[in-house]
Amino acid sequence: MKFAVIVFPGSNCDRDMYHAVTNALEEEAELVWYQGANLANYDAILLPGGFSYGDYLRSGAIASTSDIVTQVKEQAALGKPILGVCNGFQILLESGLLPGAMLQNKKLKFMCHQEGLRVVNNTTMFTSNYVQDAIVSIPIAHQEGNYYCDEATLASLQANNQIVFTYQTNPNGSVADIAGIVNEAGNVLGMMPHPERASEAILGSADGLKLFQSILENWRKVYVAGA
Amino acid sequence: MLQAPEITPEVIEADRVYQEMGITDEEFSTIKKILGRLPNFTEVGIFSVMWSEHCSYKTSKPLLKKFPTKAPHVLQGPGEGAGVVDIGDGQAVVFKIESHNHPSAVEPYQGAATGVGGIIRDVFSMGARPIASLNSLRFGNLTNGRVKYLFDEIVHGIAGYGNCVGVPTVGGEIQFDDSYQGNPLVNAMCVGLIDQKDMQKGLAAGIGNTVLYVGSKTGRDGIHGATFASEDLTEDSESKRSSVQVGDPFMEKLLIEACLEVIHSDALVGMQDMGAAGLTSSASEMASKAGTGMEMNLDLIPQREENMTAYEMMLSESQERMLLVVQKGREKEIQDVFAKYDLEAVAVGHVTDDKQFRLLHKGEVVTDIPVDSLAEDAPVYYKPSAVPSYFEEFQAMTEYLPTVMDHADTLKSLLQQPTIASKEYVYDQYDSMVQANTVFAPGSSAAVVRVNGYDKALAMTTDCNSRYIYLDPETGGKIAVAEAARNIICSGAKPLALTDGLNFGNPDKPENFWQMEKSVEGMSEASLALNTPVISGNVSLYNESNGQSIFPTPVVGMVGLHASLADITPSFFQHIGDMIYVIGETKPEFGGSELQNLLEKRYFGKAPSIDLAVEATRQMQILTAIQSDLVASAHDLAEGGLGVALAESLFTDQQLGCEVNVTEDATAALFSETQSRFLLSVKPEHQAAFEATIADAHLLGYVTDTSRLVVHHNNEALIDESVTQLQSLWKGAIPCLLKSKA
Repeated sequence: MKFAVIVFPGSNCDRDMYHAVTNALEEEAELVWYQGANLANYDAILLPGGFSYGDYLRSGAIASTSDIVTQVKEQAALGKPILGVCNGFQILLESGLLPGAMLQNKKLKFMCHQEGLRVVNNTTMFTSNYVQDAIVSIPIAHQEGNYYCDEATLASLQANNQIVFTYQTNPNGSVADIAGIVNEAGNVLGMMPHPERASEAILGSADGLKLFQSILENWRKVYVAGA
Repeated sequence: MLQAPEITPEVIEADRVYQEMGITDEEFSTIKKILGRLPNFTEVGIFSVMWSEHCSYKTSKPLLKKFPTKAPHVLQGPGEGAGVVDIGDGQAVVFKIESHNHPSAVEPYQGAATGVGGIIRDVFSMGARPIASLNSLRFGNLTNGRVKYLFDEIVHGIAGYGNCVGVPTVGGEIQFDDSYQGNPLVNAMCVGLIDQKDMQKGLAAGIGNTVLYVGSKTGRDGIHGATFASEDLTEDSESKRSSVQVGDPFMEKLLIEACLEVIHSDALVGMQDMGAAGLTSSASEMASKAGTGMEMNLDLIPQREENMTAYEMMLSESQERMLLVVQKGREKEIQDVFAKYDLEAVAVGHVTDDKQFRLLHKGEVVTDIPVDSLAEDAPVYYKPSAVPSYFEEFQAMTEYLPTVMDHADTLKSLLQQPTIASKEYVYDQYDSMVQANTVFAPGSSAAVVRVNGYDKALAMTTDCNSRYIYLDPETGGKIAVAEAARNIICSGAKPLALTDGLNFGNPDKPENFWQMEKSVEGMSEASLALNTPVISGNVSLYNESNGQSIFPTPVVGMVGLHASLADITPSFFQHIGDMIYVIGETKPEFGGSELQNLLEKRYFGKAPSIDLAVEATRQMQILTAIQSDLVASAHDLAEGGLGVALAESLFTDQQLGCEVNVTEDATAALFSETQSRFLLSVKPEHQAAFEATIADAHLLGYVTDTSRLVVHHNNEALIDESVTQLQSLWKGAIPCLLKSKA
């Protein structure tokens, strides 16, 4: 399986994401510069964390208007797995691929530590390897991770089972403890915690690896004969 | 502010305008001799920044020569952007520490942020990828409103820059003492990783080669920053806000990626960042080091503001700028790489063979100075030194022996002293994990970052107990190096080398110079004894506010190598039933201790003694025991002594406890700060092998499952406290101080 890791100016978790796929998952990945790429050549698209365009204007706002995000939308419409982590999640929100918006953390400070997450939906292509309601340890590192949406949107997220991860202890003020959501079709996941930083035990947790393994296994079921 | 280029050379001499730029009468006559004429306004400005302490080390050079700087594993010692040490497999670690004290005192957010940015540039200008940042911070006590503001904004600035640029902030240290109230210290260290074949130097070699200016445009910010950093802070310092630079970490991130791409091109000859004294220092140092000259046309410098004078351009410290020398005719290859990142790379001059630093502006030669006179031949001063009366008084004192009535209460109070208390409030704001190599994040004795793809890791730490150095600079200097090495050893790594961040008061005061002299002597001796040469560093003098000097604070940044990932050792107790040992004898030593601070609110007496031979032998024995897999956890004994180390070893989410017995004087056993001691835990099955490896190991007790810290004195109960409660006091202390209204 071939993963594209999109690199915007200011992305800084691109190499971490690449490492998680190539070394921990042991699949193929490429760092794809945001200009001049053709995303049709990849089986899955990863939008890494960081500070694309320095977070100027709003986190993810400038990147969301780039040509490559238009391609991401096209690939999303084809049903390919799209994962946005941290700044990648912010870009997915800004581009409209996922509903809602990010506010500053309620304490108005950057925070970075391991966080307990509950897998509240293990029926997605990103979470099928987790046990439903399992508590997993995956770090957060953000200042604008306070997920916000209006009540109607929240009701529809809940009705469609789009909330995938919630915080065990809400660190940032997110509505309904939301840490990660999928789109209605279930192939676009945005999450603030960093599964790529939790892909090996030596880094403090390997709980994030199952997310990448889920993507791989579900892809194989469709595209690899006999899998 | 000085910015009147129409001031003629004659007026500069007659009105002694140069004095306002920090040039003395004597230095002005030297300049006249060098040039064989009167310098113009721009030239005086250039001399003043290049001859400032910050750039020339004119006061500290005679002292710095005492440092041992060579060893077979040192690939690059002091003199380049950063030092370089061999770590095997054709790889090297690159590191340096740098201060940003004065800017942080007046504009804490930007001062701290640009300190981080500057040291990161020093590292990637060597061709290394920055893999970790650390810092060493000093503040007044958190009961003062201004101190709280400085503390919050400095931490915020470090986070704001470091998080965005994608270099994890993995460690550091903070001490609080009144001497830093008006003059906080912000020392930032960066560690980089490089393949040895990619090592770059800041050389302007090859006559006729092109000088490229890369990165942000030049503005009027930071003009005279280096000179500002070389004088005392006074009430007027607020007016020097314009001497503080403004950082753009996004630009820096682009520069990192572009420069690390460019190093693979053989069209690149040399690269240096524009740090203190900006364009002036980078250009003149690159030429001086290469034995060449340089000519630049200032009309070509990308400028952020209109009508900038030559003086302003040469003295600006606008951030995120690099100077490159590239092979003539191959400029386009390099420019194309920068263009990918939307960065300007503009040809602004060329390398010459006449060893002159020549600048053109609007068709006129505005500067023509022998380049060596700016760099290598800058003046050197041998300042008088005098033993301070306080030192003689302290040495003559009888031993200070504190009286402690309630050891449990004292332990609780010590855990809440801000210097000892948890710094989670601070480091939670730092992205300590980006790059996905952080094994031990802040909160451990030393930070540990693995070398991805290899069975090895790097340990790193910053240390300096300035209280001991105040009491006795020579002994304190030894302790600073030894303590850094202890932290590296405890993590299971072999100490490789160190970088020094020397922060002192005004060196014109003989007592201050004596402190510098003695601490450098002590550090040098310890560096030799522990085989950790000094490979880079920084000097920050004039750290005074309103006439009061800071405690002498020579910060040690040290890096060590784990020979295998299996050697990585935690500083927390690991398993129920493990045996707890203290290594080394304990003497009643309380001078400069946290207990003295708690009880007396001041420091006096003798610093704890240290025997470097004992230290070196013990460190090697402990490393051997760790490498033989005999040690479950290792923690050095530092501020607050054994009591605090026991508590800290239990502060995890594992719910462990301990039960230990101490003998002789309970106060000394628990709170003395005798040096060269360690707290180790060992699995029972390793007892015999462990005791055979390590001399002076005293069995104290066991790790328990009770989640209580229990201390017996001569087998009678002395302390029996809930670990959870102790931990919450320790964690809550700093947030609580910040919230309380002073």
